[in-house]
Amino acid sequence: MKRFIPFLVFIVLAVFLYLGLYLNPREVPSPFIGKPAPAFTLPVLGQPGQTFSPEQAKGKVWLLNVWAPWCVSCRQEHPVLMQLAASGVAIYGLNWKDKDGEAEALLARQGSPYVLTVDDRDGRVGIDYGVTGTPETFVIDKEGIIRMKHIGPISPEVWQKKFVPLLKELET
Amino acid sequence: MTRTLALLLGVLAIPALAGEARPNAENPEIEARLNRLAEDLRCLVCQNESLAGSRADLAEDLRREIREQMLQGKNDQEVIQYLTDRYGDFVLYRPPVKPVTYLLWGAPVLFLLIGGTAWYVVLRRRRALQAEQTVSPDELQRAARLLESEESR
Repeated sequence: MKRFIPFLVFIVLAVFLYLGLYLNPREVPSPFIGKPAPAFTLPVLGQPGQTFSPEQAKGKVWLLNVWAPWCVSCRQEHPVLMQLAASGVAIYGLNWKDKDGEAEALLARQGSPYVLTVDDRDGRVGIDYGVTGTPETFVIDKEGIIRMKHIGPISPEVWQKKFVPLLKELET
Repeated sequence: MTRTLALLLGVLAIPALAGEARPNAENPEIEARLNRLAEDLRCLVCQNESLAGSRADLAEDLRREIREQMLQGKNDQEVIQYLTDRYGDFVLYRPPVKPVTYLLWGAPVLFLLIGGTAWYVVLRRRRALQAEQTVSPDELQRAARLLESEESR
């Protein structure tokens, strides 16, 4: 028995270090899960005079995708979002800290996966949602409660593994 | 010649016009409070930097936010609450003591106890081992003889 103690200590350490290899320090647990989506009213991009606030989306399950024209991984995510939008997923965009106002032209050029995009130019609403970078995607249920937050671009694999089961559950 | 020199000196003096970073000058008291508070807060973009030291865009926005709240008369506790409501305890470099962090805070004591116990056990065992090894007068004589024979050689 005594002989195995160093071995056991080694195994415990190895397991911790191994798990540590796969931890993403960006994945900060969000305090918003299970809480109502913070309210905001922001101008809708490309529709002067129009505003949007989360209450208007109540009654359906929707995604709030925080993105920006200057964000490289958002471009990587863009085709995936286009596919999702085509299959009927309601994605709302939050154009975060787009100081140069490039989002509209970009969406016109590349196509927009969004039901609509709101313009959070000074980044305040992003801060209210605890955004640390782009892209980030929130899943919001019919009652307006945030159910999940995904940090980083949505890949088809991530979509299948993280989003599909949750959305299925929320839709029923 | 003199004109060129004057021009040159004029150009050299331009940086002096740039002045200090503006917010610092506006309200030194708030700025000092902000820096003191931000020293203990984590920048969420470059996670090993403090909010005070980071030049990340988000850090600047958060400093602006904190500054405005302080100007509105909020105290440090309220500002920290504002940040943890949004970013969780992760923004705090000093995590609060609560059930999920008991292990974190208790770990140093725990490890000290484990180490201390191990040390104590080893010492006791060694002492017991030494106590067992008593030497009989016979053996002492033999040892003395052996030593002598070694020396005479």
